[in-house]
Amino acid sequence: MPDTLLEVENLKKVYESSTGVVEAIGDISFTMRRGELVCIVGPSGCGKTTLLKCIAGLLAPTSGRIELDGVGVTSPPPSMALVFQEYGRSLYPWLTVRANVELPLRHTALAKDDRARLVDDALRAVGLDHAAGSYPWQLSGGMQQRVAIARAVAYQPEVLIMDEPFAAVDAQTRADLEDLVRTLHRERGMSILFVTHDIDESVYLGERVIVLSKSPTWVQEDLPIDLAPERDQIATRALPRFTELRTHVYEQIQRAKRGEAVRPSA
Amino acid sequence: MTAAIRTAATPRRVAAGWRRVLESIWFAVGFPLLLLVVWGIWATVAPQKFFPDPVTIIRAFVDTWIGPAFVEDVLPSLARLGVGIVLSIVVGVAAGTVIGLVRWMRELLEPTLEFFRAIPPPVLVPILMLIFGPQDATRVLVIVAGAVWPVLLNTIEGVRSTDSVMTETARSYALTFGERIRFLVLPAASPRIMAGVRQSLSVALILMVISEMFNNSEGLGYRITYFQTNYLIAQMWSGILLLGLVGVLLAAIFGFVERRVLAWYHGIKEVERA
Ligand SMILES: Nc1ncnc2c1ncn2[C@@H]1O[C@H](COP(=O)(O)OP(=O)(O)OP(=O)(O)O)[C@@H](O)[C@H]1O
Ligand SMILES: [Mg+2]
Repeated sequence: MPDTLLEVENLKKVYESSTGVVEAIGDISFTMRRGELVCIVGPSGCGKTTLLKCIAGLLAPTSGRIELDGVGVTSPPPSMALVFQEYGRSLYPWLTVRANVELPLRHTALAKDDRARLVDDALRAVGLDHAAGSYPWQLSGGMQQRVAIARAVAYQPEVLIMDEPFAAVDAQTRADLEDLVRTLHRERGMSILFVTHDIDESVYLGERVIVLSKSPTWVQEDLPIDLAPERDQIATRALPRFTELRTHVYEQIQRAKRGEAVRPSA
Repeated sequence: MTAAIRTAATPRRVAAGWRRVLESIWFAVGFPLLLLVVWGIWATVAPQKFFPDPVTIIRAFVDTWIGPAFVEDVLPSLARLGVGIVLSIVVGVAAGTVIGLVRWMRELLEPTLEFFRAIPPPVLVPILMLIFGPQDATRVLVIVAGAVWPVLLNTIEGVRSTDSVMTETARSYALTFGERIRFLVLPAASPRIMAGVRQSLSVALILMVISEMFNNSEGLGYRITYFQTNYLIAQMWSGILLLGLVGVLLAAIFGFVERRVLAWYHGIKEVERA
């Protein structure tokens, strides 16, 4: 395998709390190459967020291994940025939009001017340069989500992990942001792991789509998306191949929801 | 990208704001004025030996406090009060942050802290006076010994209840320890900290007075006790009036600082109510 970036091996996560034991992730294994854009889809509550938090070093797996660049992940890797699903709670309400985006850059070696430029570029990329001086709670949900995306983009990570980042965004902005993700991937060579509940989005964005089963979760299908790398909101979505792929993923998710797919015994 | 930002203030709302300020000043002053008038009438109709009329008290106020007594009694008291409050806040916030962040410390210390908080601070005054002697530092210590608890316990609670996603955000972006304290922990706890400070202020004022009632020869509390024991009734009441004014001043300073520190918090509340 050439240049593996991320390796997830027999990951299992059981939540133990005072109210009981939840097996969120049964047994997940997959790998991701450097510079790849992988989408993850699965039924609601199947453990997508849990998987991402384990990969981001925020949660300790119950068993299994996660390796980034061949090194086991035990704490948050420095070259990784995570866009949280709970966007409202991941922004600091006492800081302005600009200060929120700038915060992770404060302790980097960047000069002040470079830092300001990165922040401006990121805010412009998500269409929020006019809101830099506002506070997050003065913005709509979709705008808050874009601030969280801008913060991750300005951080210039090698690996970008996004947990349903466009859920609260309107359709037109969503199309713009999808193309922003494609651009980050194509032009900056960023490796991106993207969780979404939108099947069209997963096929449009991804080079691969990983379909997860329902809880306790395993990888039900790992589907390569054989569409051309240049994607266009209208032309790509009109391709017969696009329709075929999305139909396929749709059926897989329906099977996952009903729990029909049978887990191959290892 | 059409969603508009909710603007904070429009010109019309500014004008309305001024009217509200005037209105609230009138409200703030109006009721005390009414009380004074009622009191004056009452004191004229039915004179009381231990409760003179307002004119006598205000005259006593001017004679007693405006002059050398201001420098000899009021200023030292206010200085000790100020130092006591500042120390309470600094110690309370610093210790509270450490205890709030370190779980085992919290579990170890919390019952003990609740115990100390439950002790009515005035009972400690004579003991502390005996141990450390009647000096300025002891009086400040008395104030801190009572006023630190609300700040400390509220800070612990505020630090402990920091949102988990905000903490995970700080971790995943590898914020340094200093950045975490400055940009996450302290602001997140600030609403609770300010609630604690508000409680501390009244405790501190009470303890300032009590700390001066024991073998002292200057200070507001000493003066008031002196007037009391020498049947200088009008002077005594003027001292009580001065204490009330100090309380109002403290509340005003607190309100001024709180509106700035918690501007974001009040903003969120306003948005939620809208
Ligand atoms: N902190 C926790 N303690 C206990 N159980 C949890 C915890 N977090 C998640 N779970 C449980 O683990 C399972 C997976 O949760 P997770 O949030 O990872 O799912 P998800 O795929 O991200 O869902 P969604 O599509 O709604 O975002 C759920 O059954 C959930 O109830
Ligand atoms: Mg989720």
